[in-house]
Amino acid sequence: MTTVHIDAHRLHYTPLNQKIRAAIVNGATEIIIDNVLGQRFIGDGVRGDGVTITVNGVPGGDLGMFMSGPTIIVNGNADHAPGNTMDKGKVIIYGSAGDAVAHSMRGGRVYVRDNIGYRGGIHMKQYMEKRPILVVGGAARAFLGEYMAGGLLIVLGLTGITPISERGVGSGIHGGEILVRGPVDELHLGVGAKQTLATEEQKAMIKPIIEDFAKQFGIDPVPLLASDYTRISPASARPFANKYTWE
Amino acid sequence: MSIGSTPLKFKVSIDPDRCMSCGRCIENCSYGVYRKEGDDIRINSRNCVACHRCLAFCPRDAIDIEEKPNDYRSHPLWTREVREAIFNQAKTGKIILAGMGNAQPYPVIFDRLVLDACQVTNPSIDPLREPMELRTYIGKKPSSLTLKQLPDGEVELITKLTPNLQIETPIMIGHMSYGAISLNAQTALAKAVSRIGTFMGTGEGGLHESLYPYQKNMIVQVASGRFGVDINYLERGAAIEIKIGQGAKPGIGGHLPGEKVCADVSCTRMIPEGSDAISPAPHHDIYSIEDLKQLVRGLKEATEWKKPVFVKIAAVHNSAAIAAGIARSSADAVVIDGFRGGTGAAPRVFRDHVGIPVEAAVASVDAKLRQQGIRHKVSIIASGGIRESADVAKIICLGADAVYIGTSALVAMGCRVCGTCYQGNCAWGIATQKPELVKRLDPETNSVQVENLIHGWTLELAELMGAAGINSIESLRGNRDRLRGYMLDEGLMEVLDVKTVGA
Repeated sequence: MTTVHIDAHRLHYTPLNQKIRAAIVNGATEIIIDNVLGQRFIGDGVRGDGVTITVNGVPGGDLGMFMSGPTIIVNGNADHAPGNTMDKGKVIIYGSAGDAVAHSMRGGRVYVRDNIGYRGGIHMKQYMEKRPILVVGGAARAFLGEYMAGGLLIVLGLTGITPISERGVGSGIHGGEILVRGPVDELHLGVGAKQTLATEEQKAMIKPIIEDFAKQFGIDPVPLLASDYTRISPASARPFANKYTWE
Repeated sequence: MSIGSTPLKFKVSIDPDRCMSCGRCIENCSYGVYRKEGDDIRINSRNCVACHRCLAFCPRDAIDIEEKPNDYRSHPLWTREVREAIFNQAKTGKIILAGMGNAQPYPVIFDRLVLDACQVTNPSIDPLREPMELRTYIGKKPSSLTLKQLPDGEVELITKLTPNLQIETPIMIGHMSYGAISLNAQTALAKAVSRIGTFMGTGEGGLHESLYPYQKNMIVQVASGRFGVDINYLERGAAIEIKIGQGAKPGIGGHLPGEKVCADVSCTRMIPEGSDAISPAPHHDIYSIEDLKQLVRGLKEATEWKKPVFVKIAAVHNSAAIAAGIARSSADAVVIDGFRGGTGAAPRVFRDHVGIPVEAAVASVDAKLRQQGIRHKVSIIASGGIRESADVAKIICLGADAVYIGTSALVAMGCRVCGTCYQGNCAWGIATQKPELVKRLDPETNSVQVENLIHGWTLELAELMGAAGINSIESLRGNRDRLRGYMLDEGLMEVLDVKTVGA
């Protein structure tokens, strides 16, 4: 394993990304970035299977945007839209993240240990073997999984806050599924979303993901697996099919 | 149904003296107008959309199509269209979906602008004899240049230039996605632009594998649905365009119905077959001009600042202020899509009533950017209702750097502007994904037609410039002195910054 250290102190995001790209080209498999303070776009469009990028500090918005391959571990909170339109790889955040986490994500995983802002997992989509997964350890704000077209979103409610306490969950959802530990008030569901109690089969499907998440953050998975889950899914795959008449 | 049937939109008739019962009309009509009964060809005029496919392929000119064969009691306010829309909505209670561009008879500003020509004092230029410079560079220009003289007398450019697109004529083809139009139609357009040395947009439908050979002439689009977008797609394009809005339906998103998402469309857009492709109204990571800057820079950072990034907005009341924000966002070009822009499908109420004409929007955007001293930071691309070379010349005079054409290019491939693209039944193989219809459009011959059209317009543009004594497109750009308004009101002439004829 080749490790490269980058000091991000007073470094603009473009030279920072250039250093990341250069390190990957030169065969680095572990890149550790220290003193990160609000630099946006870290790992933007970067390829590199098997590469781990550790971010020590607080990255700016669009962390891992369009990324295809690497794993980014953030020791801190993240700003808005980590995993934006991400294709492949992982973003693991030891803290909370801002709005639009995993916006339009196409593949890979985003794990957020604590809470996320508004519009988490908005318009995530899946195709063939590509199925994006967003797991939130704590709670999510309004419009979670809005316009969701595919993928899996799990909210665990581990931070002592009700996991879902705001409106618009899954509004316009037409693919994929949202699993929330515990009950969800019907009032919080958006137009086009429906909820059911997750079956044992459905829970079995998320078991390996929850185990992986728990292992990542050193959480005991047993109570998580024993809980009931609410499954929010599309009421129809064609939410707009009956809206129009031809001229 | 108490309303009963509404009058026919078109009446189709076959002249029995000319018809030889060859049945080509039956084969060609994809809307089910014709059927064979015994030896006779029967007609169901109600299904006709006037796409003229039958007419174009009837070997005996035996078919006649008449529009509006039945009159309503005429009324200037309660037009036929208004009454029929009420019938439709009284029956269905739904939003009326329509196609192509704005169908309201608003005055066309282009048709009230006239171009200038030289007489005596400033001789015109013969483009046959003199070189005419139509080559255009789309992208950011530096505000000044720093040069260094080298010991050998050569000069070195110190200023770092940003990437520009070089086009051989100021005419590009706008974004029509695979899904909205067929792959054969996109292929024909791609072949044409690559031969001409210009560019076309992919639309928000991804880039089909078979178009990779033409990728250096493709502008890849990133819209709110982010369909087909990954790092490979971004790297393939010659430029990247962020679609904020569209002239045909400003302020709303788009829905590609599941029935148009066939296996091939599905893999290009990267969504499951048969699922609706929903582009939300806003980009959900852009809720402000600062957020737009974030996406512009996000795309540049992903592609290592090697590609120009365009931002397309619909022409609306505040276009000028918005464009000024775009010019400061690191974007390289702003596309202004006027309210006459075409579309495969848009709610009729948006198509006909929302947005402003491209002529006024481009003139005000150009003026605002000049006032603020930032005109060099972005190129202006005008689109939406560019019908002929005169429109190109006029919009360049009003401040555009180049145009996007859409409908004109489709008409060059046979489109009759019937406006029923949303039905997915296009008899010309353009706005359909049905294999039996798509195969009617031969990419090679159609690419020649599109190339011919752009070539013809380019020649005309050179002639118009020569007549005005101008030998470089740069001298035409923003040159409002070569335009005059004919029967335009004072307010509009002020916005366009043109004088009246005779002045």
